[in-house]
Amino acid sequence: MNPFSSETRLRDMIRAIRACKTAAEERAVVRKECASIRAAISDNDNDYRHRNLAKLMFIHMLGYPTHFGQMECLKLIAASGFPEKRIGYLGLMLLLDERQEVLMLVTNSLKQDLNHTNQYIVGLALCALGNISSAEMARDLAPEVERLLQFRDPNVRKKAALCSIRIIKKVPDLAENFVNPVASLLKEKHHGVLLTAIQLCADLCTVSEEALEYFRKKCTEGLVKVLKDAVNSPYAPEYDISGIADPFLQIRLLRILRILGHGDADASELMNDVLAQVATKTESNKNAGNAILYECVETIMSIEDSGGLRVLAINILGRFLSNRDNNIRYVALNMLMKAISVDGQAVQRHRATILECVKDLDASIRKRALELVYLLVNETNVKPLTKELIDYLEVSDQDFKGDLTAKICSIVEKLSPEKLWYIDQMLKVLCEAGNYVKDEVWHGLIVVITNAPNLHGYTVRSLYRAIQTSGDQEAVVRVAVWCIGEYGDLLVNNIGMLDLEEPITVTENDAVDVIEVAIKRHTSDLTTRAMCLTALLKLSSRFPSCSQRIKDIVNQSKGSLLLELQQRSIEFDSIIEKHKNIRSALVERMPVLDEATYSGRRAGSLPAAVSTSQGNPLHIPNGVPKAADAPLLDLLDLSADEPAPQNSSGPNFLQDLLGGDILSSASQSGTTQPQKSGTDALLDLLSTGAPPAQNGSSTVDIFSISQDNNKTSVNALDSLSLPVVTSAQSSSASSIIDLLDGFGPAPTVPKDNGPAYPPLVAFESSSLSIVFNFSKQPGSPQITQIEATFSNKSSDVYTDFIFQAAVPKFLQLHLEPASSNTLPGNGNGSITQKLRVTNNQHGKKSLVMRIRISYKLNNKEILEEGQISNFPRDL
Amino acid sequence: MIHFVLSISRQGKVRLTKWYSPYSQKERIKVIRELSGMILTRGPKLCNVVEWRGFKVVYRRYAGLYFCMCINQEDNELEILEIIQYFVETLNRYFGTVCELDLIFHFHKTYYILDEILIAGELQESSKKIVHRLIDAQDLLVEAAKEKENTVSYIVAQVAN
Repeated sequence: MNPFSSETRLRDMIRAIRACKTAAEERAVVRKECASIRAAISDNDNDYRHRNLAKLMFIHMLGYPTHFGQMECLKLIAASGFPEKRIGYLGLMLLLDERQEVLMLVTNSLKQDLNHTNQYIVGLALCALGNISSAEMARDLAPEVERLLQFRDPNVRKKAALCSIRIIKKVPDLAENFVNPVASLLKEKHHGVLLTAIQLCADLCTVSEEALEYFRKKCTEGLVKVLKDAVNSPYAPEYDISGIADPFLQIRLLRILRILGHGDADASELMNDVLAQVATKTESNKNAGNAILYECVETIMSIEDSGGLRVLAINILGRFLSNRDNNIRYVALNMLMKAISVDGQAVQRHRATILECVKDLDASIRKRALELVYLLVNETNVKPLTKELIDYLEVSDQDFKGDLTAKICSIVEKLSPEKLWYIDQMLKVLCEAGNYVKDEVWHGLIVVITNAPNLHGYTVRSLYRAIQTSGDQEAVVRVAVWCIGEYGDLLVNNIGMLDLEEPITVTENDAVDVIEVAIKRHTSDLTTRAMCLTALLKLSSRFPSCSQRIKDIVNQSKGSLLLELQQRSIEFDSIIEKHKNIRSALVERMPVLDEATYSGRRAGSLPAAVSTSQGNPLHIPNGVPKAADAPLLDLLDLSADEPAPQNSSGPNFLQDLLGGDILSSASQSGTTQPQKSGTDALLDLLSTGAPPAQNGSSTVDIFSISQDNNKTSVNALDSLSLPVVTSAQSSSASSIIDLLDGFGPAPTVPKDNGPAYPPLVAFESSSLSIVFNFSKQPGSPQITQIEATFSNKSSDVYTDFIFQAAVPKFLQLHLEPASSNTLPGNGNGSITQKLRVTNNQHGKKSLVMRIRISYKLNNKEILEEGQISNFPRDL
Repeated sequence: MIHFVLSISRQGKVRLTKWYSPYSQKERIKVIRELSGMILTRGPKLCNVVEWRGFKVVYRRYAGLYFCMCINQEDNELEILEIIQYFVETLNRYFGTVCELDLIFHFHKTYYILDEILIAGELQESSKKIVHRLIDAQDLLVEAAKEKENTVSYIVAQVAN
């Protein structure tokens, strides 16, 4: 006979599985066994059904799929005998969970069993219902359970009480039905019933305010008395745990008193005595006693104030904290965290012990202690505590460093008494664990550095030293590179020496060395390398004698596979080589970053914005015009805010600076003027994707924004010669990648002029141009009607002309049919097509669109694509 | 509330799982794997609580077997240690110096006992005597049914002969 047919006994199967030497062997045995069980199931074998189910449960525990056995559970439950039901319910609880549809099928059997005459069968059904009931079942069977709360046998009543907990958790509206039965259960003597009734009572109080009020009025006194009796009860072996009578009951009583006493002075008053009794009389040399004390302390902390009791509680915690048992210490740390809001002073007294716990071997204790220390730090103790923590950082576990640095940084940031101290501490943290800090941390450090002008020299020198010793910590490298770029001259000339500093001799070449090492380090990531390039550009102006060397280093990145680095190095190279006259102005020192804005942003958790404000190189253009607002900021070192809304002083400002000539020359510049050399970085830099400058508005935009933020750009503007600006104006808004694309919104039309927008040249190539005309219906500002006019500048006819457009999710686009699909040459006619765009984020985001035009020229397919991001801002 | 009870051997073999909160089959396997990794590697003198996904898992080791219970942050971990002890003592009394093999070959009985101690993730009974009485009574019912079956089948067999 096959030893693995369904005739095998459970014991034999388990033996066979245990005898397997490899996982593959085990799988084979299980597979065979499952096959025979399946066969038995399809044969509807009654005799061995319970045995098969038991086997399935074992197989299930090993982690194999057993869903095919689910129906067997239902069949066994529906059988009449107790043994079948017992194994059936066990299987049900083990193999199914509340989310399976099959479970619904068992509702009817459950209902019958809940009404069964055999109390053990009722018990099985209650147990199953309590463990895996779904909301639907809970609703259907609640009346049965409610009735069973009054069943003659206490062992059924206690099961029904716990089952009710599940029911009210699933369906909180049913709570009120249980309030009265529970009130009578709370008067019972049977411990099991009391335990479960108290638990149910606690759960009722959390789901229903009315229930809480009811129990508070009716039951507080009685429960206090029960606790008193329990505390004073004589030795009862049945409930005794290491010399304490039923700690489980005492703990639950303390817990319910906590709920009832919380926020109610009268109820709290009633329980004062008994709490004092528990706190003083309970033995604390065994775990059970400590569990009660722990619960008691928590109750004392939660109920209404009674000074004497709180002193008692804090003393207990003090004892816990010095206990040698790790569990007790862990619990004490947990409790002290809650106690801190009640009596911070008392907790402060244990600071030294808590600090020791931060260095414990046990990760659970360390974590708790660290959180507690974090709460304990204040202005007066921040310096010694931070020192302790930073000292510990050196020797702490690798996997604890992340948590620890985050907390130290947060403490230092929150409570630093002066900037010098802040910078010093942060440098220490970065040197120890620069690879563990989050980006916000070093971003924040840079903000603070820019805000401390008298410390610039000191900081850059400290960083120079730090990078020598801790060059493997990414965050140190980044901050150092940034600062050397900014304040390289202070480093070399020892400017701004503080008294406590030792002078160091750093040559210009040394400073460049640091950055060269950083950019070449293979572990440096894109952000660091990009920052290095920017720093090099800055140094090329600060250290003219190193200019050639820097240019060589920058050039090495020209071949980088990372688009970002490649583009940056090409641009910077071009600036270093060809535009010496504006370079020094371009790379002026960063303006002071606004701390308030920074922290405000961070509070609003806008990481993207934060990194922009940091001039985070990742936001530098990577060839996608729509990301182009960061680049200008970065190149001109305007760090800060998002492009400010155009302000009215813009045009005046421009006129002041450039005089009317420019405006007129700008207005002459037409769209058809041939584009100047596209490789010229500066042209690129200043070419605008804006409506071709008929009114010079794009320039206004750029520089008015600049003005908003920073004087540097004013300088930059000063040094721009007139022709440059003009040619910049004239460069057409074609699809070349223009850095300033995002900055060239069409002129803002004053609101009172109604919805009138100038036409926009949306696309322009040598052969094709598209002009958008906008109109809005009054009353629906979010909808924009666009009339697109396509004209053909070549001499050939385009056939099969198709225009397609795509928009991001916050927009909806409706395209109407075009007026024709043939576009005659030489501008002898045009196609028009209407688009309707609905902007769901009107006022917050402006329109943006990707377009694709396909047509046939002499039967040859031609495809053109582009992106339009220079829509008028308030569409 | 206890979200689940696990019993894992030192080799990472699962000996008992009881879920009072819904976890899908996939999640269960993941939870077990995660927790075995955390708990089995802990040194002997460390505290019996690990923090995991915002919950606390209280565990206690008996010879080669770890009993773990997952509870909420605000629950009393010292009490859970006592509940584990209470459960193990009950097993001990039922099997008579329980060992891992008892829990393997009589796993269903282990579950029956657990079901007399916990329902819906809450403690049901604090008296050791009552739990035994209830288990014994139910075992008797099963025995009686078996005997009855045996006699009936005996009679049937007799008749058939």
